[in-house]
Amino acid sequence: MHDDVVARFRAALPGDLPSTDFVSLRVVDEQAEAFTLRKGVLEPPWSRHDIGAMVTVHTQGGLGYAGTSDLGESGLANAIARAREWAELTRARALFDTRTIEMPRPTGTYRTPVERPWADVPVSERVAWLQAMGALVGEDPRLVDWETSLYAVLTRMRYVTSHGGDITQELHHLAPDFTLIASGEGRVQKRSTGMRGIARQGGFELVAKAGLEQMVTRAREEAFELLTAPNCPEGKMHLMLDPGQMMLQIHESIGHPLELDRILGDERNYAGRSFVTPDMFGTYQYGSALLNVTFDPTIPEQFASYGWDDEGAPAERHHIIENGILVRGLGSTTSQQRSGLPGVSSSRATSWNRPPIDRMANLNVEPGDQSFDDLVKQVERGVYMETNTSWSIDDSRNKFQFGCELGRLIEDGELKGLVRTPNYRGISATFWRNLAGVGDRSTFEVLGTPYCGKGEPNQIIRVGHASPTCLFANVDVFGGA
Amino acid sequence: MRAWFDSLADHAARQVRGSEGFTLSLTGETSEFARLNRGKVRQPGSVTQCMVNLRLIDSGRHASHSVPLSGDPTTDRTRLDAAFDRLRGVLPHIPADPHLLINETVQSSEDDIPSTLPPAAEMVDAMLGEAEGLDLVGIVASGTMARGFANHLGQRNWFARSGFNLDWCLVHDADKAVKASLADFDFSAEALATEMASARDQLKILARPARTIDPGTYRAWLTPSAVSEILGVLQWGGFSLKGLETGHSPLRRFWKREDRLHPSVHLIEDIAGGIAPDFQGDGFRRPASTAIFTEGTMVGALVSPRSAAEYNRPTTGAGANEQPVSLSLRPGSIPVGEEIARLGTGLYVGNLWYTNFSDRAACRITGMTRFATFWVEDGEIVAPVNVMRFDETLGGLLGDGLEGLGAHAAFLPSNMTYDERSAESMRVPGALVSGMRFTL
Repeated sequence: MHDDVVARFRAALPGDLPSTDFVSLRVVDEQAEAFTLRKGVLEPPWSRHDIGAMVTVHTQGGLGYAGTSDLGESGLANAIARAREWAELTRARALFDTRTIEMPRPTGTYRTPVERPWADVPVSERVAWLQAMGALVGEDPRLVDWETSLYAVLTRMRYVTSHGGDITQELHHLAPDFTLIASGEGRVQKRSTGMRGIARQGGFELVAKAGLEQMVTRAREEAFELLTAPNCPEGKMHLMLDPGQMMLQIHESIGHPLELDRILGDERNYAGRSFVTPDMFGTYQYGSALLNVTFDPTIPEQFASYGWDDEGAPAERHHIIENGILVRGLGSTTSQQRSGLPGVSSSRATSWNRPPIDRMANLNVEPGDQSFDDLVKQVERGVYMETNTSWSIDDSRNKFQFGCELGRLIEDGELKGLVRTPNYRGISATFWRNLAGVGDRSTFEVLGTPYCGKGEPNQIIRVGHASPTCLFANVDVFGGA
Repeated sequence: MRAWFDSLADHAARQVRGSEGFTLSLTGETSEFARLNRGKVRQPGSVTQCMVNLRLIDSGRHASHSVPLSGDPTTDRTRLDAAFDRLRGVLPHIPADPHLLINETVQSSEDDIPSTLPPAAEMVDAMLGEAEGLDLVGIVASGTMARGFANHLGQRNWFARSGFNLDWCLVHDADKAVKASLADFDFSAEALATEMASARDQLKILARPARTIDPGTYRAWLTPSAVSEILGVLQWGGFSLKGLETGHSPLRRFWKREDRLHPSVHLIEDIAGGIAPDFQGDGFRRPASTAIFTEGTMVGALVSPRSAAEYNRPTTGAGANEQPVSLSLRPGSIPVGEEIARLGTGLYVGNLWYTNFSDRAACRITGMTRFATFWVEDGEIVAPVNVMRFDETLGGLLGDGLEGLGAHAAFLPSNMTYDERSAESMRVPGALVSGMRFTL
């Protein structure tokens, strides 16, 4: 893949490159496409092809990068020269000496397992699927807006280094989606997949496997029912979260605070710092003993899987939290060596035009041994919540407040009627210690989202979060205005 | 870059067949970024990128495809030809679009200011020199950005700016930090020194023992930065005609005149006073200003060409997402320098962070204080305050709860660099609020 670009890169490398220097080329060739049907009208199809390369240079302890969409001989030579110039100009004031960082030397290939590639699906079939979804939504005066969409991305990457690294990866992403807006009784309610939560890797076969037809049919009735539902009750009570809301809960209050670059201070001006400090690793009780969290970019169908990260570290599954104890951070080769802390293969860039930083990839809560009904039976008074709609957390990733599209009362061990505008708030450092029940594999869902923002310059990246339904005790729950 | 784009537009015009039409929009930049941490350089680099989006239109059907430009004429023309071929393969399989609105009035423009910027490395030197011995974290971003538009009718629009955005914190300890920024088209070492000196002064206050306040309702002065965060969350569908017509906008009650803000609230989309181009990706020109709130009453919305067709309204030249690019809140009468005295006793909120809707239909907003937030007693700053969560309706902030707006509106260029460097901005004053609810 892109052998011609690699050949030009190698030809452009200085012949007298010292053995202590490191130069890498990361070519990203990405094709994205989206089809959307809104209120029965097909919106204009949109597609995008982007290709470019990021050159990174480590020289004499300094670091520089240059991203270019010019993959010709002079474009690559200029990028190498510009990255080298930055490294030389700033090495005297560099935050760390790159000679202390031993970069991986990966070789190999990785490809998402695909049964039916998106590119093989005719436009007419894509449109027909959307129209079939539209037929299920149907017409009702209370449905003031709705849309359903298909969003597919094929990412091809080639990463080569001056010291022998050479990997090729091909990742197929697909995110089918719907959103329904209902209005009535002076209220407006939304039901959706939640931030394109049905985002996975694979081909068009994912659409059938995801069961969106059943989901949209159920969501339609829930949207109507929410219009007349009472406000969510207020008070300290049990909280049960579906995998859709668990995705957000994991992401914000476990994933981000455990990123080593936050702990190292890189993000303090923008995305924030962390309440987690280096001394906590290995001993800190992050959650109850029921909490087991893994970083796992090796699950083929999960949204943020790969063979190697963007520094070339091989994808490996690791426990981040084991039986409630914090054991490992989300930090790349560079961050691990800067901090001296254990990390994972989490160096990722949004595309060729941004340098890699510490990212989550797939971060999952492992299933427990309780059925959905078992979890409900534990609750004397509480609320079950589905699908994130609001998220806010402080810059140390501690004080949070989240809201969901749907709530359902739980009383005396039984699910009762719907409640609208359910919210809850808490503190990461104590919330997970109140984890009172973890659903078994029958409650487990593999989800993801394309929308995680971080970094300077800013980057949006795909993440995956799989989780069972979970139960938390003593949570501050409340409703709308 | 301009000549390169014109050449491509001419090439595109030659590819049109029969009843076809096209639009071509360009987004490009040559940027330098240097990420800083602990007063040192973390990640410096350069990015040169350029994309064009081709939309092919034929008999009411249309679709678009974006391709990167390499700078090599042969490569780029080949990519554009491939985009035409791809779109010709799509159009026969889709229906005509009832909400298609094409700009058929040629409105060409050119707005290109040559760069006077020094090399980015000089700005890095200046930043680190001014912050010698301090824990500085932030980013230097500079360079040239361009936007272009062309269509089959011969319209050509070009916008190019060279500017810089220095965005940083001076950290006292943990989450106690002073946020500062300097953005302009011409770099001035003296202006940087002034901003850094001001940040150093605030840092001294952060060294005082921090106070934790109990949840409750407090009188508050919101700085222009904090007000911009409130207006920022309203951009998520708030001013969108589509959102307002479907009822999903958090401002729907204001749109239906069931509620209103304080009479001193005059909010406009101020293209003439901002730094964004006055044309959008479909080639529609943006008016110099679009009124959104006048004397507290919602009087207008942002209307994309698509919504204009769907709801039979004139477009305001908004993009497809109907978000503002140059929001301006008219200043009030609280004199500069008297803000803390007018506050009396309460919270001086330097920055808000991570705002979202806790009840979208009621326009109730939650978020966190961040960086420099202080407890004030009898018009004197007493202590920094540990971060607190607020949860308050828009009416509580800019409606019945608004006591007054500052006499100076700060110009706040966006520091966002998702995909590319932003050309958006806001111009907002601070706000004195009689009671702001803090919950955690």
